[in-house]
Amino acid sequence: MKHFFTLLSHEIRMLLVSPGTYIAATAFLAFMGFVFVGILENYSTAAQDASPAQVFFSLFFLPVFFMVPLLTMKCLAEERRLGTIETLLTTPVTTTEVVLGKFGAAYFLYLLLWGSTGGLFYILQKFASDPRLLDSGPLIGGYTFIAVSGLFFVAIGVLTSSFSRNQSVAGILSFVLLAFVILGGRYLSGVSFLERESLRPLKDAVAYAQIFSHYDDFTRGVIDSRQVLFYLSGTVIALVFSIFAVETKVLHS
Amino acid sequence: MSDPLPPAIEVSHLVKSYGGITAVSDISFTVARGEIIGFLGPNGAGKSTTMRILTGYLPATSGSVKICGMSVATQPDEVKRRIGYMPENNPLPEDMRVSEYLYFRGRLKEISRRNLGPRIDEVLELSDLKRVRHKIIGQLSKGFRQRVGIAEAILAEPPVIIMDEPTIGLDPHQILIVRDLIASLRGRMTVIISSHILPEIEQTCDRVIIINQGRVVAQGTPADLRHEILGHSRYQLQAAGDAAALPALLATIEPTLTLTAQTDPDAAGFRTLSLSTERDGELGEAILNTLLAKNYRVRALTREQPTLEDVFLAATRRSWDVVSAPRNGNKPAA
Repeated sequence: MKHFFTLLSHEIRMLLVSPGTYIAATAFLAFMGFVFVGILENYSTAAQDASPAQVFFSLFFLPVFFMVPLLTMKCLAEERRLGTIETLLTTPVTTTEVVLGKFGAAYFLYLLLWGSTGGLFYILQKFASDPRLLDSGPLIGGYTFIAVSGLFFVAIGVLTSSFSRNQSVAGILSFVLLAFVILGGRYLSGVSFLERESLRPLKDAVAYAQIFSHYDDFTRGVIDSRQVLFYLSGTVIALVFSIFAVETKVLHS
Repeated sequence: MSDPLPPAIEVSHLVKSYGGITAVSDISFTVARGEIIGFLGPNGAGKSTTMRILTGYLPATSGSVKICGMSVATQPDEVKRRIGYMPENNPLPEDMRVSEYLYFRGRLKEISRRNLGPRIDEVLELSDLKRVRHKIIGQLSKGFRQRVGIAEAILAEPPVIIMDEPTIGLDPHQILIVRDLIASLRGRMTVIISSHILPEIEQTCDRVIIINQGRVVAQGTPADLRHEILGHSRYQLQAAGDAAALPALLATIEPTLTLTAQTDPDAAGFRTLSLSTERDGELGEAILNTLLAKNYRVRALTREQPTLEDVFLAATRRSWDVVSAPRNGNKPAA
């Protein structure tokens, strides 16, 4: 792991000097701003059950769908397209260090972007100064959920980037996989086919992998170690497969 | 060679096949420390594959490769610390500055922070890149990019440098600079370069390995190869006189000396004649004396120096004829 920090700081630096990052960040903040304003407008017309933070974070999947592919599609696909993966892997670094470095940098940026939405809550606090609007419970729970689930989502992005040397293919693949992981669980839980007794274990598995119910638990302040484990194991699996993908591509290139 | 150290590169019975195609079949060669080796072969001969195996980027199907006595297969990390590699087409990140790139690569190659700054200045100086050190690599011309690749390869002062087509796509002036740069490494580092540009190899390299269809078809110094592969010397003569009596006359000088081609006489009656002999020694004086004694008028006589190009063409052509058992392939290294 000697080179991990060299690679990580290099990757973060490259992300921070790339104009694409700023375009994505601006688009993200503009979108989140509109969402936030929309939520507040609802509050101004009628009293709501949930706090603004709860509603705001429940829409987490919208930015995830376009942010994660944008942040990660370049990382390994570009290295392979340019051939720089060859010079990189002929220095004393391991494939694991390379993949972890890419993952770390993308995750860092993901957190940075989400962190910047804290500004929205700060503005709300500053100008509304209504404690009912700013419930710290869902706020902390929401950010924790974003941080934990982000590990898995970014790892999925890195994985798809390792599949192809074409950035757009990697981006689309990542979008599809994320949509399946996030929305698929909700869809499958409503499928009547799974109601049969013999398919009970499958039903349980689907219920376990329900990302929206994880979200509900997190914002209610329930941090279940099984759910954390779901994201951590998902992350590890996705990263291990990315490492394998890079290495087998190397073998057959 | 009485060097107690193991040779810089030791390749024995290397085989690499993928997708049912044997890219490299049973290559063996040894490179001594400090030598500059040229790796020649037509497209698809297995040059790049062999180089990638040397760097540990590709695993070999069978056979062994040792760099400085260490096996590429079992000690890849140690091997990677001892090589500088510049791949084909010299891939570089587009959006970094030259000095930033070298700094990043230097850190990956485990040069300490304190030594890295002076070392970068040194390689920038060596490869004449000082003017562009703050430029973005994507905006550099091909010649500069190529030199950035070379600077990167020699950055960590590795004992072995592997460069795949370092002069491809450069103009003659840039080729000269790159050639001087490679020549300046002579004795300090072992360099193995592949190229299509044969005069290039001839001028820089101590020894040449010619491979074709995944086999070593010839190896040795350019002079040895000339002798070994072509096996004959050629003379070119401009003379006027009785052309019909000439072949018999030539045979009296040296039995193997034959007339291979001649042109029609020009206005002054001179023909240009090509002669070929299997003998090695200098025959020029004997030819001149004999012709003059027989009242031929001689305007010019030159001994043709076969270029490496001739050797290369002959060696690869021969290997297509005789695909099995390369005749000169397994000669031990000098």
